Amino acid sequence: MRPEQQGIEVAVLVSVGRHPITGRARRADQDARGLEMALGLEHQLPGSRVSLLHAGPRSEEGEAALRGYLGMGLDTLTLLEQAEGSDAIPALAEHLAAAPPQLVITGARAERGEGSGLLPYALAERLGWPLVNGLAAVEKVENGVATLLQALPRGQRRRLKVRLPAIVSVDAAAPAARQSAFGPARRAELAATAVSAEPDRELAEWQLAPARKRPKRLKIVKAASARDRFKAAAAKAEGGSGQVLEGVSAEQGAEAILKLLNEEGVLR
Amino acid sequence: MLETLLPILIFAALGLAVIGAIRRIRLWRQGRPAAVPLLKGLAALPRRYLVDLHHVVERDKMISNTHVATAGGFVAAAVLMILVHGLGLAQGVLGWLLLAASATMFVGSLFVARRRRNPPARLSKGPWMRLPKSLMAFSLSVFAITLPAVGILPADFGHWLLALVLAAVVVWGLGEMVFGMTWGGPMKHAFAGALHLAFHRRAERFSTKGGQGNRSTGLKALNLDDEAAPLGVETPADFTWNQLLGFDACVQCGRCESVCPALAAGQPLNPKKLIQDMVVGMAGGSNANYAGTPYPGKPTGEHHGSPHGPIVAPDATTGGKALVDAETLWSCTTCRACVEECPMMIEHVDAIVDMRRHLTLERGQTPNKGAEVLDNLIATDNPGGFDPGSRLHWAADLNLPLMADVKQAEVLLWLGDGAFDMRNQRTLRALVKILHAAEVEFAVLGTEERDSGDVARRLGDEATFQSLAKRNIATLSKYRFQRIVTCDPHSFHVLGNEYGELGGPDFNANWEVRHHSTFIAELYDAGRLAFAPWKGGSVTYHDPCYLGRYNGEFDAPRNVLKALGIEVKEMERSGFRSRCCGGGGGAPITDIPGERRIPDMRMNDVKETGSELVAVGCPQCTAMLEGVVDATAEVRDIAELVADALVARPAGEAVDASRRSAGKTTVEEVL
Repeated sequence: MRPEQQGIEVAVLVSVGRHPITGRARRADQDARGLEMALGLEHQLPGSRVSLLHAGPRSEEGEAALRGYLGMGLDTLTLLEQAEGSDAIPALAEHLAAAPPQLVITGARAERGEGSGLLPYALAERLGWPLVNGLAAVEKVENGVATLLQALPRGQRRRLKVRLPAIVSVDAAAPAARQSAFGPARRAELAATAVSAEPDRELAEWQLAPARKRPKRLKIVKAASARDRFKAAAAKAEGGSGQVLEGVSAEQGAEAILKLLNEEGVLR
Repeated sequence: MLETLLPILIFAALGLAVIGAIRRIRLWRQGRPAAVPLLKGLAALPRRYLVDLHHVVERDKMISNTHVATAGGFVAAAVLMILVHGLGLAQGVLGWLLLAASATMFVGSLFVARRRRNPPARLSKGPWMRLPKSLMAFSLSVFAITLPAVGILPADFGHWLLALVLAAVVVWGLGEMVFGMTWGGPMKHAFAGALHLAFHRRAERFSTKGGQGNRSTGLKALNLDDEAAPLGVETPADFTWNQLLGFDACVQCGRCESVCPALAAGQPLNPKKLIQDMVVGMAGGSNANYAGTPYPGKPTGEHHGSPHGPIVAPDATTGGKALVDAETLWSCTTCRACVEECPMMIEHVDAIVDMRRHLTLERGQTPNKGAEVLDNLIATDNPGGFDPGSRLHWAADLNLPLMADVKQAEVLLWLGDGAFDMRNQRTLRALVKILHAAEVEFAVLGTEERDSGDVARRLGDEATFQSLAKRNIATLSKYRFQRIVTCDPHSFHVLGNEYGELGGPDFNANWEVRHHSTFIAELYDAGRLAFAPWKGGSVTYHDPCYLGRYNGEFDAPRNVLKALGIEVKEMERSGFRSRCCGGGGGAPITDIPGERRIPDMRMNDVKETGSELVAVGCPQCTAMLEGVVDATAEVRDIAELVADALVARPAGEAVDASRRSAGKTTVEEVL
């Protein structure tokens, strides 16, 4: 007998994204992948219901970006309206706890704001739900247990069984999002509910500055054959002569770092 | 006996034809409303038929003469028959005229029969094969029954059996020619075709007494402000009623399929079949009765539709079939060769884009790279997803004057998205060199410029097109210039023909736009350019669809080549019959597989002329033709050829030196 697979409630947390080149608001890539995965579940487990959730201020630019998710084929998005600079986690946690879905899907990291990638963890902690990151696929859901495929670096996959409800986060390993269509996006409803805004005190204390490009280790390829060159191109840049310093004083540490920087030719 | 029978037969056939006409009209009226001046259209009908349609048919002299004899003979014979045999006005000249008309028609029908003996592949078979016999039946029987009426034969001539046979043939003729005209059958084209000409959706295509019609090639805008208005065409009934009428007018002559690049490449599109499918959808049913060339790789009889059913099956992944498969619609390069060739002046491209609009705007099903390109256009204003701030990087050393600085210039140089493409940057640099040499006062928008929206619109994304267009219009309205010059025929077409409709009371979006070949030709004629004699080999010229067929510019590029001292070896398909390079309509983005590649076929055309070089005037054509492997000819843009041939103007002819600014001189030195 085939094990019973019934539909589940899926909530997808979506944010207002930011295009990496122009900085324009858009549907965030990872969140859109999360929604794509949810829509795939709808297909895979008939009777599943997908809802969209966003917490944040309402703005024209943000609304256009959020409608990008609706254009993937949903009728409504629940907007927990908050003032700028509010903490989204309590509002989301409260909303999710009030009518708990079985599965919450989020992107791994927001494209604007803090972008710390901590939201799924903080939410899981508050709700007391398990969290799986880097999800590649939901294989099946049976009797309240989901079989998930987690993506590990370099194409490896790990199969996990998780009791629902659970929070999962997706990154670039999840299926690419379908096209967002203009008509459905325009017609769909943004159901806004004002929620108590808890100002994000920690954020208020932070100093924000434009990100700087971080230095990357140069790959110096000394390859004799095509095979070596290919291996070098496919390999990740790795420092061969790494050194772990433990139980050293701050000064010793600083000296070690300075020495390395000189060796690498970063400082001259 | 016949004298009593004939009026009954004639008026019965006419009565049935009227009922059929009402039924047919109700089929068309399923479509959406369209504002068409009915009486004005009907008044213009004779001219549109006798002048404009005839011009297209006349490209094939034999068929044109055949049609004049057959159709002219039939119309005259039908009218006279009603007078002579229906109302009994046989006395005098009428009977003799009827004899002449039916004889003419018979001669025409002999030619129709000859053509149907070994019909070319493009002609539809099926019911069309019986048409010559029906034409003969009608013309011969009318001739025979008129002989007694004019007194050549005695009224009681022959046996009653002969009269009966004759009556049967009359019934056959009337059945095909009068009853069949409105109830479906080959003669439907006469009824639907006449009304289609009268209520055509692009009335401006036709000539008037005042002069020639224009090409009217710009797509019509969707109303996006009205949220209730449908976005594109989902079902046959979503077409406007005069579009449905237009589909019904098709004579299945297959001239469109013989010029369609997608069909020739083995992609699943045949413009004739597409129009017939729309007729099937309008009336409801299956395409099994279609008797012409199918879509390559798609057997007929598997698709079916209804007026209010979807044209493209909603979920293609499950293998569902409706009237047409999506690949068929995405195979089109919007080259307009079919429209140009259609003797019925049917607008295939409009219909295809209407259906694409639904697929993109409502379903989000733009295939292959479509979605990515549209997302890029939304986020970065160019299809490649490049940093908009890098639009002018190719000209970092040229010190091009920016509109934002100078505010006004004689010429606004529109760069197009070719500015991001290294191949097209060579063309642009050549064009800048020419403009400097001719001392043209010009400026560019630089990073203020956006994609013109051409690709978004052809991919059906009217929303993105209008967003780009409106922002471009707002930018352009800030500055003063006499004309826009561009080396991209797609931008040329969109700026010149499609922005006008989107301008508002605040912005007038009707600018004078020139393709660079036109502008160079003007500069040369004004004596502002001088060329060294041509030393290269033989050259042919490829007409870009969006320059030639869309905008009627066939002469200027050839004049420029002539001025360079080049004698163009024309390809068999050139001018208005030029074969597409395969780069238009977003076809390289949707990339529907076929058996061959369109640019390969075009480079074969080039090879047949034996030319060592093919001159082009479009970044898309350059990219497509240069992508051909093992090509026998080099691909150069006209601007590059001109820039290479530039020499100093002979003294005395120089334009007033005061116009030469110090800045320009340095730039020229750099070049």
